[in-house]
Amino acid sequence: MVILQRNPVMSAISLIGNFFCLALLYLLLKAQVLAVLQIVVYTGAIMVLVIFVIMLLNLGDETKLTEKFDVRKIAGVVLATGFLLEMLYLFATGDADVPQSANAQEIGTIEAMGSAIFSRFLLPFEVTSLLLLAAIVGAVVLAKKRT
Amino acid sequence: MQLSLSAYLGLSAILFTIGVAGVLLRRNAIVVFMCIELMLNSVNLSLIAFSSYRGDITGQVLVFFVMAVAAAEAAVGLAIVIALFRNKQTVNIDEVNILKW
Amino acid sequence: MAHQYIGYAVFLPLIGFLINGLIGRKIKSESLVGIIGSAAVAIGFIIAASILVEMLGSPPDERSHIVYLFNWITAGDLSVSVAYQVDQLSVLMMLIVTGVGFLIHVYSIGYMHGDPGFWRFFSYLNLFIFTMLNLILADNFLLMFLGWEGVGLCSYLLIGFWYDRKFEKGTTGDAAKKAFIVNRIGDFGFLIGMFLIFTTFGSLNFSTVFAHASMLSVGTPIVMWITLALFLGATGKSAQIPLFVWLPDAMAGPTPVSALIHAATMVTAGIYMVARCSVLYALAPATMEVVAIVGACTALVAASIGLVQNDIKKILAYSTVSQLGYMFLALGVGAFAAGLFHVLTHAFFKALLFLGSGAVIHAMHEEQDIRKMGELKSHLPTTYKTFLVGTVAIAGIPPLAGFFSKDEILWKSFAHGYYVLWFMGLVGAGLTAFYMFRLLSLTFDGEKRWDPGKHPHEAPATMTIPLIILAVLSAIGGFVGIPASLGGGNAIEHWLDPVFEKANEKMLLAGHDVEAIEYVLMALSVGVAIAGIFLARKWYLQRSEIPDRLSARFAGLYKLLLNKYYVDEAYDAVVITPAAKGSEKLLWRGIDVGVIDWFVNALAAAFGFVSKTMRVVQTGVAQSYALVFLAGVIAIVGWLITR
Repeated sequence: MVILQRNPVMSAISLIGNFFCLALLYLLLKAQVLAVLQIVVYTGAIMVLVIFVIMLLNLGDETKLTEKFDVRKIAGVVLATGFLLEMLYLFATGDADVPQSANAQEIGTIEAMGSAIFSRFLLPFEVTSLLLLAAIVGAVVLAKKRT
Repeated sequence: MQLSLSAYLGLSAILFTIGVAGVLLRRNAIVVFMCIELMLNSVNLSLIAFSSYRGDITGQVLVFFVMAVAAAEAAVGLAIVIALFRNKQTVNIDEVNILKW
Repeated sequence: MAHQYIGYAVFLPLIGFLINGLIGRKIKSESLVGIIGSAAVAIGFIIAASILVEMLGSPPDERSHIVYLFNWITAGDLSVSVAYQVDQLSVLMMLIVTGVGFLIHVYSIGYMHGDPGFWRFFSYLNLFIFTMLNLILADNFLLMFLGWEGVGLCSYLLIGFWYDRKFEKGTTGDAAKKAFIVNRIGDFGFLIGMFLIFTTFGSLNFSTVFAHASMLSVGTPIVMWITLALFLGATGKSAQIPLFVWLPDAMAGPTPVSALIHAATMVTAGIYMVARCSVLYALAPATMEVVAIVGACTALVAASIGLVQNDIKKILAYSTVSQLGYMFLALGVGAFAAGLFHVLTHAFFKALLFLGSGAVIHAMHEEQDIRKMGELKSHLPTTYKTFLVGTVAIAGIPPLAGFFSKDEILWKSFAHGYYVLWFMGLVGAGLTAFYMFRLLSLTFDGEKRWDPGKHPHEAPATMTIPLIILAVLSAIGGFVGIPASLGGGNAIEHWLDPVFEKANEKMLLAGHDVEAIEYVLMALSVGVAIAGIFLARKWYLQRSEIPDRLSARFAGLYKLLLNKYYVDEAYDAVVITPAAKGSEKLLWRGIDVGVIDWFVNALAAAFGFVSKTMRVVQTGVAQSYALVFLAGVIAIVGWLITR
């Protein structure tokens, strides 16, 4: 639905729905903290930003997808299908029939996550903060009005 | 009922492919951007699935960071789109063909 | 040990060249430039003289030294170093080069006074001395070739010194180019000789090559080819048939240049080279014959051309070619020492004659046609007297220097059985005396034939003192070679004996006792010379209508001689024009433009065509790029799956 809607706002709403579903899936996999984070960060922040931009730019509808056929569209469909088939082949023939691990419950908690981030993965954590700083500065610079 | 790991991975693959198709077929820059987010999410799903089935927390930590990076990328990407719109008054990718010699 | 200072002697002129060349323009004082140039050569002369003294004090087999300076090239089997062989022969040549060279440097200070290129002249002269010294002192063929090429270069630079002055059909630059190119043809011969020597003997060192050679037998074919090739180089450098055409044109340069390079030193490089390789030539009697015949023919032909020329320097130029012919005749008949003796005496009197003519030209304000001179002896007394000494010397009148050396050559030719060549030499001697006295009479004696407005004045001291010194040397210089028949010890021949020992062995020459026929020949040559002088004086001073009548009666022969047997024109038609036209039509248009340029342009066009067709891929739309990206990913994953 995301990709087939004409109106970009409808596309965005579809994506939000998508994220909610994914959050539920995460819960099924016993990753609680990430489920919550998914909703908060992705839907709450990113999608809000996207919708904000759509509204700001006041975009209209796009042309229907099946109206014009050119090489790009056909090639895109063909390649996407091929990719899908490849991936499914990979995953189906792998020996992935393992049961869920025993300690899946414990590692999904926020305590476990926190202790891991602040001990083993401390460096990436700090670097990510720098990254966010850079992103903020970059976004501001890029979107400033040139007076 | 326990789902097998392959199921989750298959779902991830399908989501990824949908995202790819969206990137290739849509002409609105913002929708393309959303499809990229879709792709990132599919990868997140597969990472969490592995982490859960293997009992290793590394996958979830990685997803944590991926989310952070995705957020940052979203901000910057949308800023670029805004700047582009200011210059060209359109976000139709077909008309943004200046990435060539 | 004086010979260890040889390095200084050689490199000081190079330093003089650098100083005068780089900062000479800023040195405002002409005398300082002249002093720098002359001092560099003078020090070389002093070192040469002290080496001579040291050699005279040591026994004959200890007189040869090799002074090693530094290693130059080491490549595979070839190892060449900069080392100088100081032995009797090279010391003799060195004395000539630095001694006469010094006198000419001093002369040039006066002659080139006021010329804007004064500093350039002296820097070139010093460079010439440097390369010439390398040539004569080298102990291997490659270093000698460096000097060989170097003197050719300096000759080019100095002939074309006044580079945009008109000269005959072109400019002096054309004359310089002709000299260089004709020399180059000879150098080709030298190179071939060097290659053959290296492949035959495995080394380019004189000592190694000659030691090997003395173990070969007479008549070995490869040695004949080597010596012929080397001789071709000598004909180029020393202006023999067939490569003599550049020397008369070289008179376009300033007179001191003609004196130094084209009379006393550079042109004798060929003689020196043959003498140095005497053992090789002794092994190739066929080549020796060629050398002797070429020498005698050149002597005669050049003398005949000189009979009718009217430019004072041209006459002297052809005289030089002729005398060089005599030297080669001597070498060819096996009288190496006699040939070098003539080099020595010729250096004295030819330099004297050239410098004297320079004084005349200077006095007559650049007039060089002797038909427009006359009665100069009262205006230029010193010049006249020294010129007279030089002319008598070259004519071969005893007891001046020219007699002893020329007579030695003629006697040796006769004694070794070359009667025809002896006769040609005798006739040539007569012609020499004739045309030299023709020159003297028309220039200095007789009536005034000047153009109006000329005020000849005697030359300054810097020019006359070298003239006087050279005149004295021309007078007494022959005494180092008084032959046994006249009671002398022939010092120069014995001095040079150790150098030619190996060659003499090969030629199986025994020493000879004094024979009566030697006196007869001596008398003949003197008689021929006196006859020539007498005839010249009579015709050009008293009965001046005789030469005009003769030239009218034998008009064809006269024209032939005046135009130098049309040799230049023949070369032009047969060699030069076809080469030039062929280069232009075939090589330039056909191959260069047609094939090579076409190929490069086609290549570029092909690239352009391919690029145009490929450019379609770059649409600029990011999604197309993503498409291709995806296709690539699928391919890679597919390959990984099926691996």
